[in-house]
Amino acid sequence: MTAITPGSLSPSAPAADEAWRKRTLAGTILDFCRRKPLGMIGLVIVLVICLAGVSADWLAPFDPEENDFSAMMQAPSLVHLLGTDQFGRDIFSRLVLGARTAMFVGFGAAVGGGLIGLVLGVSSAYFGGWFDLVLQRIFDIVMAFPLIILALAVVSVFGTGVFNVIIAITIPLVPRCGRVVRSSALAVREIPFVDAARALGFSHTRIVLRHMVPNVLAPFLILLSAFVGQAILAEASLSYLGLGVQEPVADWGLMLQGSAEDYATTAPWIAIFPGLAIVLTVLGASLFGDALRDAIDPKLRTR
Amino acid sequence: MHRYIVKRLLLAIPTLVGAAALVFVLMRLIPGDVCVIRLGSGGTFVDPATVAACHRQLGLDNPWIVQFLDFLWSYCTLDFGISMWSGNPVIQEIGTRLPVSLQVAVMATVIAILLAIPLGTISALKEGTWLDHVVRVVSIAGIATPSFWLGIMSLILVLNVTSLATGTPWLPPIDYVPPWKDFWRNLSIVLLPAITVGYRYSAVTMRITRSAMLEVLREDYIRTARAKGLIEQIIINRHALKNALLPVVTLIGIEFAFLIGGLVVTEQVFNLNGIGRLLVQAVQNQDNVLAQALVMLVVAIFIFTNLAVDVLYAWLDPRIRFS
Amino acid sequence: MYVRMGLWAVGLGLAASIAATPAGAEGPTRGGTLTYLIPADAPPSFDGHRETTFATVHTAAPYYSVLIRVPPDNPSSTTEFVCDLCTEMPKPTDGGKTYTFKIRQGVKWHDGSKLTAQDVAASWNEIVFPPKGVTSARVSFYAMIDKIEAPDDATVVFHLKYATTAFLPALADPFAWIYKKEILDKDPHWYEKNIMGSGPFKFESYEVGQSIKGVRNPDYYHKGQPYLDAIVGIYTPKQAVRIDALRADRAAIEFRGLPPSARDQLVKELGDKITVQESDWNCGNILTPNSRKKPFDDVRVRKALALAIDQWHGAPALAKIATVRTVGGIVFPGSPLAATKEELQQMAGYWPDIEKSRAEAKRLLKEAGAEGLKFELLNRNVDQPYKFVGTWVIGEWKKIGLNAEQKVVPTGPWFQNMRAGTFDVAMEANCQSVVNPVLDTGKYLPGKVFPDNYGGYDDQKSIDLYNKMQYETDPKKQRADMRAYEKHTLDEMVHEIVLPYWYRINLARSYVKGWKTSPSHYLNQDLANIWLDK
Repeated sequence: MTAITPGSLSPSAPAADEAWRKRTLAGTILDFCRRKPLGMIGLVIVLVICLAGVSADWLAPFDPEENDFSAMMQAPSLVHLLGTDQFGRDIFSRLVLGARTAMFVGFGAAVGGGLIGLVLGVSSAYFGGWFDLVLQRIFDIVMAFPLIILALAVVSVFGTGVFNVIIAITIPLVPRCGRVVRSSALAVREIPFVDAARALGFSHTRIVLRHMVPNVLAPFLILLSAFVGQAILAEASLSYLGLGVQEPVADWGLMLQGSAEDYATTAPWIAIFPGLAIVLTVLGASLFGDALRDAIDPKLRTR
Repeated sequence: MHRYIVKRLLLAIPTLVGAAALVFVLMRLIPGDVCVIRLGSGGTFVDPATVAACHRQLGLDNPWIVQFLDFLWSYCTLDFGISMWSGNPVIQEIGTRLPVSLQVAVMATVIAILLAIPLGTISALKEGTWLDHVVRVVSIAGIATPSFWLGIMSLILVLNVTSLATGTPWLPPIDYVPPWKDFWRNLSIVLLPAITVGYRYSAVTMRITRSAMLEVLREDYIRTARAKGLIEQIIINRHALKNALLPVVTLIGIEFAFLIGGLVVTEQVFNLNGIGRLLVQAVQNQDNVLAQALVMLVVAIFIFTNLAVDVLYAWLDPRIRFS
Repeated sequence: MYVRMGLWAVGLGLAASIAATPAGAEGPTRGGTLTYLIPADAPPSFDGHRETTFATVHTAAPYYSVLIRVPPDNPSSTTEFVCDLCTEMPKPTDGGKTYTFKIRQGVKWHDGSKLTAQDVAASWNEIVFPPKGVTSARVSFYAMIDKIEAPDDATVVFHLKYATTAFLPALADPFAWIYKKEILDKDPHWYEKNIMGSGPFKFESYEVGQSIKGVRNPDYYHKGQPYLDAIVGIYTPKQAVRIDALRADRAAIEFRGLPPSARDQLVKELGDKITVQESDWNCGNILTPNSRKKPFDDVRVRKALALAIDQWHGAPALAKIATVRTVGGIVFPGSPLAATKEELQQMAGYWPDIEKSRAEAKRLLKEAGAEGLKFELLNRNVDQPYKFVGTWVIGEWKKIGLNAEQKVVPTGPWFQNMRAGTFDVAMEANCQSVVNPVLDTGKYLPGKVFPDNYGGYDDQKSIDLYNKMQYETDPKKQRADMRAYEKHTLDEMVHEIVLPYWYRINLARSYVKGWKTSPSHYLNQDLANIWLDK
């Protein structure tokens, strides 16, 4: 982004805005830890999982994809901290590597869906008219559309790699973000500085990116935190239907899928730990998201 | 208001056509087709000539555009087609399954409301206390748990608890009976899935109740009421809750629409012969006609629930003007 | 190697009688309703002649009779066939080309009318020579049949084009239900949506996708049978539901097969309240390298894929978690035509010394310039045993430096990719009902003569070897011919890699008596010999 030309009519508005955001952001974080203990716990959980994912190669004592038929379905022990699964693979190793997959899926889908939704939502509000009308109808369709058909089409055509699964999960997130962003942006659109920027003949891209996007960032960030959890859950559901990430990749949804049914009573550790990992992560992300929402804007309601 | 409703209904048409186009294309992007699956899934040999005959019979050898126009036109004449898999009319296939799904959806909604509104209100009134925290964690855990996992675990819990208590494990019946035939049997089948779905649903609803309530409690008129010395109970019931319920109603409506499409996993877990399971079957069998009909049904429910919610919203809150 | 049957006791030494033994002094008792699980969604139709899915058999077989079948009291036999509607198994005449069946008299349709040889001949003619617009799924089984006729109301004659050992097993096909001629003449599609037979049970009601109910046929022609008053089949596509249902006695038996984990769990929890029957399954996964694609057009690469897999050690380990068990070649291990362990060990992929085998695999890869090859394994979106076996072989290939990624897709795309030849290596399944080695091994012929082979190779020698075996009627010579065809397919050309055969584990509540497992979930499903000991 280029700096604003000195002498133009508008510099004070965005600059002031920038300062305002910096102050509240710092303030919010401090405030957050004091006033929102649940949110802080959530943040800590998410950070721990992220850390596990990042340092997975170093943390995992075994190769998470290596079958070992001499060590099948072993209960948790000192060698295998959380036991082994039906292929004799170390569950702890698969869990930490799975954290990486979960982060890819969670953040990948959330950021992807969020950004596309942000751009579409803001431009929908900015341009209005036909563009808005058509885009809203498309949002309606995608929102109402059953995920399983989208996922099946993506997976059947491109295969079940992690990346394709992320695409399948991302698509339904786009309109949800687009909707919320659009309504926030509609409010911003009426504020004088946008009119001023238009009067000055700034390009559409510039006005949207420079003036409107920063003003819808608060609801956007809140949505993002919710999306991370939703994406991880969506992946688990797809796994249950056999459309998620596939063996032998370490992935929580996949670890839960077969084992939840097969080994729930004979070797419960196979199903319990990935289940806990999913619940904890999504719980953490949701608690953090809720607190974030309360802190940034108590009046804002999102789903 | 009438003009608004008419305008919304007209806008629904392009949405439905768009959804039709999307499901049409997606179903055909999936490689393979219903003939190959029916003739080959037994693991025995598939004769190419038989497959070709089957394609001809089902019209799968026509160009896409012909098939699509055919699809649109038949819907205009309210003819929803014949299932490619079973040869039965789609209306009949869906008709036998819809009551099951609707019953679960309605019961789950009732359970969700009964749980969410009191809990959300308490949580808002006691904001920041341990009670608030506990209620929120329990409720958010409902969103955080994968629904199939919750379903499987609740079934195993029922089996284990009854096994410990009576010595013989007990499980709800696995073949659905409508409530008018055998009310208690029906209840024992539907209750568990309704609770698992309702729990999750209540978590979403509880959050919105809580934040709506918090917002209302900060409004001037509540402060005025308090200042006037009205009893807290009356303030909550008569003023705060009534206004806070507006967004809650919206959400319940929208979530209900999602619910119908979202029963896919739950119906599998509890062996419920509903439209969620039918959708999975239709998609797996690549029964394009049935899948198209189900998607159109889900999209239509979504659109009309949204419309109903908006109208209801306006009716409840006269401040809102239609534009 | 051979069919195992009986109780699997999880090393606890649980004593329980096998369901099928003629339990002591107590004979079969009459009465009761059997609730059984059909592990599928609603079948596309009730018409056995048209469909291929076992869901159709488990749904409608109890309502129909067949001409001949595997013996209900010894269904594991791969060589014995007995009469159902005929009175005596015929001796072939005319150099093995004519079979004359005498049809049982006094058999009644469920509508009360009389069943005659005309009905039998009409049904078989519909199966073998379907009229225009009628689908018959197994026409290819009956290439040897020239003509079927009923000279009088008590006789049906099959004229063959050539003598073959494949005829009788093909005739015992469990889908070959006898339909009423009058109905077939009026509407050949009637049987798709309706049920009317002469079997042990009369159809009562059907709720699509949920359950099918039948009641005892009092006019059934096998004396004393059926023992049950009524049967209820419940559609339960999800495995977890089936295991829970058996545990809580919501259903008494599952006829297809459950994984070892379900057996271990239920035996542990229910002890002698559950009986287990097990058998090798006439189904197996095979790996098909795509010979149209580089480097799989190179026999050295294909051979390396086979040599990397440690079948002898992998199979027993895999048997603890997946529905597979016995190592075999192209012929079902229970059949007299199957290879012995010694014969198998001569071929690539079955060498007793896995280290030597893998060293050779690495050498071949190096020679072919395909070291560290990366490719996709096309697999079907079915847990048991496809994905388990897939995960296993990928692990095995990793040990010789091959890098395979599993591409798991639903049934439709799986078929389509194979048919279109758009895959590197495919995980296929070859699953047949009656053990009929001559027909079953047709799968390994090149695509130009056998359209269902997806390997994309042409190989005249393979066709010649198969034909020699097919037309041979002397058992000993046929066995030798089969070995030559097998060695050519698996060892010399490595067109396909045969993985351990599936393993059928049938779980039932112990009060279910009289039913015996077999090498196929299609067989022995008319339920006439089941009784309840309650």
